[in-house]
Amino acid sequence: MKAKIRKTAVWVEETHTEMGKPIAPATRKAVAVAVIENPFAGRFVEDLEPLMEIGAELGALLGDRCIAALGITPEQAESYGKAAMVGENGELEHAAAILHPKMGAPLRKAVEKGAALVPSSKKMGGPGQDLDVPLGHKDAAYVRSHFDGVEVRMNDAPRRDEILVAVAVTDSGRPLPRVGGLEHKDAIGKDGLR
Amino acid sequence: MPDVVVRKSVTLVEEIHHEFGPAPDQPLRRVATVAVIKNPYAGAYHADIAGFMDDLKPLGLQMARKGLAALGGDKSVVQGYGKGSIVGIDGELEHGALWHVPGGYAMRELLGDAAAIVPSTKKVGAVGTRLDVPITHINASYVRSHFDAMEIGLNDAPRADELAFILVMTTGARIHARVGGLAANDVEGKDGLR
Repeated sequence: MKAKIRKTAVWVEETHTEMGKPIAPATRKAVAVAVIENPFAGRFVEDLEPLMEIGAELGALLGDRCIAALGITPEQAESYGKAAMVGENGELEHAAAILHPKMGAPLRKAVEKGAALVPSSKKMGGPGQDLDVPLGHKDAAYVRSHFDGVEVRMNDAPRRDEILVAVAVTDSGRPLPRVGGLEHKDAIGKDGLR
Repeated sequence: MPDVVVRKSVTLVEEIHHEFGPAPDQPLRRVATVAVIKNPYAGAYHADIAGFMDDLKPLGLQMARKGLAALGGDKSVVQGYGKGSIVGIDGELEHGALWHVPGGYAMRELLGDAAAIVPSTKKVGAVGTRLDVPITHINASYVRSHFDAMEIGLNDAPRADELAFILVMTTGARIHARVGGLAANDVEGKDGLR
């Protein structure tokens, strides 16, 4: 099943200074969102395979959108995350079907490699509700400077029979990381953790 | 006059494919660019602020160029525009008015011969405040199909001593516009109204 997309949006934010300190180059985050029809709204469907296929489709589409919006090559991506918010006529498991089984592989292709788990979040919600997309280093989950999140919100989505699906990609960590831990430059990136 | 210190910038691109009606061949695209800057007048009344408008002109042009680039770079696709400002809570509404000249000038400079006034709105607000930025046709304010608005806000801005300045450009009418009035293809485009 192909996603029936009503709307997409791409948000790019750059932080140039933080607490008066210049950030050069600016840290940058992109979040790409697709608002899709929930094919299973209002009824219980046992087999969620169609939503898993949609997850694969959106992993590629939204991952590519983020990379394009940041104007970077896939290997320049440093962290990523994903999240979904299901309109009130759906069930939380619909978000799980989109996010977990098949979204990862095409998303990893979009950002090249991606040895680490893609951090995720999901919730039920309605138009105007905030969705916090967690962020983690794409190749080494323990890179502490890249633990972060980015908020998305659309005033008109998700409607009751819709699902808002978000993928976030950055080319940097937090603006002024200074709480220690594994650093980006020291990450090996083989086991997805360190 | 004071320096323009940008803390953060954002670009948001929306593509609207349909809103539960027949999907047109081309989705409507709307782009917003936002700059969060330090408010040099926060915390006290300053009688003389008008000079800062000139200092903001390069920022306006930079934002307009960024928005146009996000739409593909071809200025002929831009059919609607708008602008707005959110003033952090240690500022006054009048500081938001500093955006009228540089914001409007920037988009008109870039688009060449846009005849219509750039619609605008402003408010004082805390971090997370959302602003509904009004949009009208670039050559004729009465084009009914192009009356629109885009909601913009940032979870971490504007801080008390900041200003968030916004520019919006769109590629066409509301996605299922059908309430009559002056049509875009009947515009004379001389007086900016019809």
